[in-house]
Amino acid sequence: MVGITSYGAYIPLYRLNRAEIGCAWDIPAAPGEKAVANYDEDSLTMAVEAARDCLKGIDLDSIDGLFFASTTSPYKDKQTAATIAMVLGVNRESVTMDFGGSLRCGTNALRAAVDAVRSGSANNILVVASEMRLGYPAGANEIGFGDGAAAVLVGSKAVIAEVEGSYSIYEELQDFWRSDKDLFVRSAEDRFIVDEGYNKVIPTAVSGALKTFNLTSKDFSTCVLYVPNRRQAGTLVKKLGFDPKTQSKDTLFANVGDTGSAMPMMSLVEALEEAITGNRIMLVAYGNGCDVFSLRVTDVIEKAKVKDRKGVTRSIASKKMLGNYNRYLRWRELVTVQPPARPAIEYRQPGPQALWKENEKELRLRGTKCKNCGTPQYPPQRVCVNCRAKDNFEYYSFLDKKAKLFSFCHDHLMATIDPPVTVTVLDFEGGGRMLIDMTDRDPAECKVGMPIELTFRKLYYVGGIYNYWWKCRPAR
Amino acid sequence: MKSIKDKVAIIGMGCVKFGENWKQTIDDMIVDAVYEAYDDAGVGPDDIQAAWWGSVWSGETAQIAAGPLKLGYIPFTHVENACATGSEALRGACYAVASGVVDIALAVGAEKLKDTGFMGLPQVRPIATWSYRVASDTPPSEFAMMATGYFAKHGLSVEEGKKLLAQIAVKNHHNGSLSPKAHFQREITLEMVMNAPIVAYPLGLFDCCGVSDGAAAAIVTRADMAKKFRPDPIYIKAMTICQGPREGFLSQNYDFAHVEETRRAAIAAYKEAGIQNPREEISCAEVHDCFTITELTIYEDMQFSNPGQARDDIEVGTFTLNGKLPINTDGGLKCFGHPVGASGLRMMYEVYKQLQGKADKRQVKDPRLGLTHNQGGAPGAATVSVVIAGNDLH
Repeated sequence: MVGITSYGAYIPLYRLNRAEIGCAWDIPAAPGEKAVANYDEDSLTMAVEAARDCLKGIDLDSIDGLFFASTTSPYKDKQTAATIAMVLGVNRESVTMDFGGSLRCGTNALRAAVDAVRSGSANNILVVASEMRLGYPAGANEIGFGDGAAAVLVGSKAVIAEVEGSYSIYEELQDFWRSDKDLFVRSAEDRFIVDEGYNKVIPTAVSGALKTFNLTSKDFSTCVLYVPNRRQAGTLVKKLGFDPKTQSKDTLFANVGDTGSAMPMMSLVEALEEAITGNRIMLVAYGNGCDVFSLRVTDVIEKAKVKDRKGVTRSIASKKMLGNYNRYLRWRELVTVQPPARPAIEYRQPGPQALWKENEKELRLRGTKCKNCGTPQYPPQRVCVNCRAKDNFEYYSFLDKKAKLFSFCHDHLMATIDPPVTVTVLDFEGGGRMLIDMTDRDPAECKVGMPIELTFRKLYYVGGIYNYWWKCRPAR
Repeated sequence: MKSIKDKVAIIGMGCVKFGENWKQTIDDMIVDAVYEAYDDAGVGPDDIQAAWWGSVWSGETAQIAAGPLKLGYIPFTHVENACATGSEALRGACYAVASGVVDIALAVGAEKLKDTGFMGLPQVRPIATWSYRVASDTPPSEFAMMATGYFAKHGLSVEEGKKLLAQIAVKNHHNGSLSPKAHFQREITLEMVMNAPIVAYPLGLFDCCGVSDGAAAAIVTRADMAKKFRPDPIYIKAMTICQGPREGFLSQNYDFAHVEETRRAAIAAYKEAGIQNPREEISCAEVHDCFTITELTIYEDMQFSNPGQARDDIEVGTFTLNGKLPINTDGGLKCFGHPVGASGLRMMYEVYKQLQGKADKRQVKDPRLGLTHNQGGAPGAATVSVVIAGNDLH
């Protein structure tokens, strides 16, 4: 049996009320909120978050594949899957691949993972889809889009939801696109996409799939349908023979936004959070064609409901409002603001040599623990800070340790996209201390002693290099 | 282990007007400070047998100072020890004289910061031992975290803590108003401090020292030769520098409410000088008030106040010009700014003038022993120099 063995999701903390966009441009805006990744997030960092959520309680050595899917990968020429694999610390012999190029790349990756495990070429593949797309300011896409990520682990042992069947068709149609020179997503005339896109491609694919699977819409408890148009989604669900009230859910568009290639997987995670043994889920994803899957939920689902998993439902509930649209423009660097009164970050151009040398230490927050006195320390120390024993240590990961805020400040001097920089000193449960920036915080909420989580973030971009490291945030 | 006590004397000092010296080059300031010291000591360039140049941001080799001064072909050494660099230059000169190898040595420290065109100190570019994946701390943020730590440890609200710190700023600005060579010579009020924009919360603008250009110099000789040059030489009683192992960033033992290096440097210096009760025996002190919170913790770490009781001393005015132990009589870093390589020598310039009774309106009564505390690095990872000097040879 091949299928999903674990799942997780990530939705950025910040939400922008769509009315703020309408108000800023004096245009009508759809109701609801869009999730807005912080200025230090991108599709890579959100993928790390979703992957960590999915991998709670999973043996990292058991993973032998990692597929990353996004149309907004930070690099055009550099594999994001390999970075994520390094950060997570999965088995070095894993096959890593980036999928992109279409709204369907998330389910493309899912299908490739299922096929790979089914063929026996891999045992456990982590599939992460993550998206942070830009719509033109004052356009419908800007209002509709949201940022987010989801991850599923595909394997053949302790399967939560068996992938019974998969079916795909392709379609060459210019509906949504972004060329290698574009910053913003372009789209064709809406009526054309509706008529010749969604309304033709999706029914064709679903009826083909049902025939192939030898099932009818009545055999499914849930239809997870991704179509980049909220209004059409409801109509299509009905048209496909499903009951929109009982067999379909519509929370992500309203609360998070259209997260593109990540959305089918995010919706699937949301469906799994509510699924019970025996449920059958149809997953339909549109984008230059259509992918259809039939998934059957097993009794392992009960064990899979890990208590500290954030998933979709809890992540939707955990939020802060962005307050105003200007902050969104600033975070995405869509406006030129007064430069900081300090040297620009060009000063801190990272060298590939220095980054590579410290990968395990920095990307995995790997410190040392003295074997003589047991004191954990970061960065790694060859001479123990406590007992001065030399070269008598074992490596020690700070990533899964709880921490509390020991001291902090809000620095208005440091050059940053969104001042002030909150610099903190963390004390870890079990020992160890770290000097680290804090993100996703309201300065007024910071208190000595508050519980802290670690989160993978982009420190800055300079000279063609995205420099990633960890930050902390108030526990979500 | 031998001590430096009473082996070395300062016979001449110079200090330029600190400030935004737009029209002056680093060469101008070096020449002005050193020639004032020559005049003060009654010596000339040919008398100098070895020299030390202290700077962090204004040039990495001794040639920066050797060029404008043209001392000839003598040993000239560049030193850097973070914000304690000026004191490190003085230490080099004093140790050379104490060793007996050199009879007359020069220490000069200078920094040209205002040509950077921005607030604060220049940004440190990561080098060999650095990483690019680090927190975004700046000097204000590092010391602001000590303010947060101190307030938390002593149960002070941010408002209470800031009011306490504000009194230090007001005191130093008062002293600065009496210092013709200070960058800032204006009195400030408690309200101004409390209402100032935040630089690094909880520290506001007046909690932070300025960024200034400046230079200072000292000429030292053997204690037994000193009176040949002047009737009132100032003798070195103790000279220590304490470099911590960055423990505070690694170990949960550090409380971010004191500076361990200051405590240890104080103990070592008092021992070397034979001081039992610093609060009673020290006449005046110049301390490293890069931020008001630094000066507050110095009161306790230098044993001027009992642990946790700096607040009481601040409130009764112990450290004001007319108080029991006047601190930063010239206005400190608050009013002179912090041209890094110059600060340690500028502090000694004030102590030297005080001990000679030449501090004019700032003069403390019957001084015997003066002290400089010059700190580099950050709370948790500091470099602290303490120098004690006296006007009597015993």
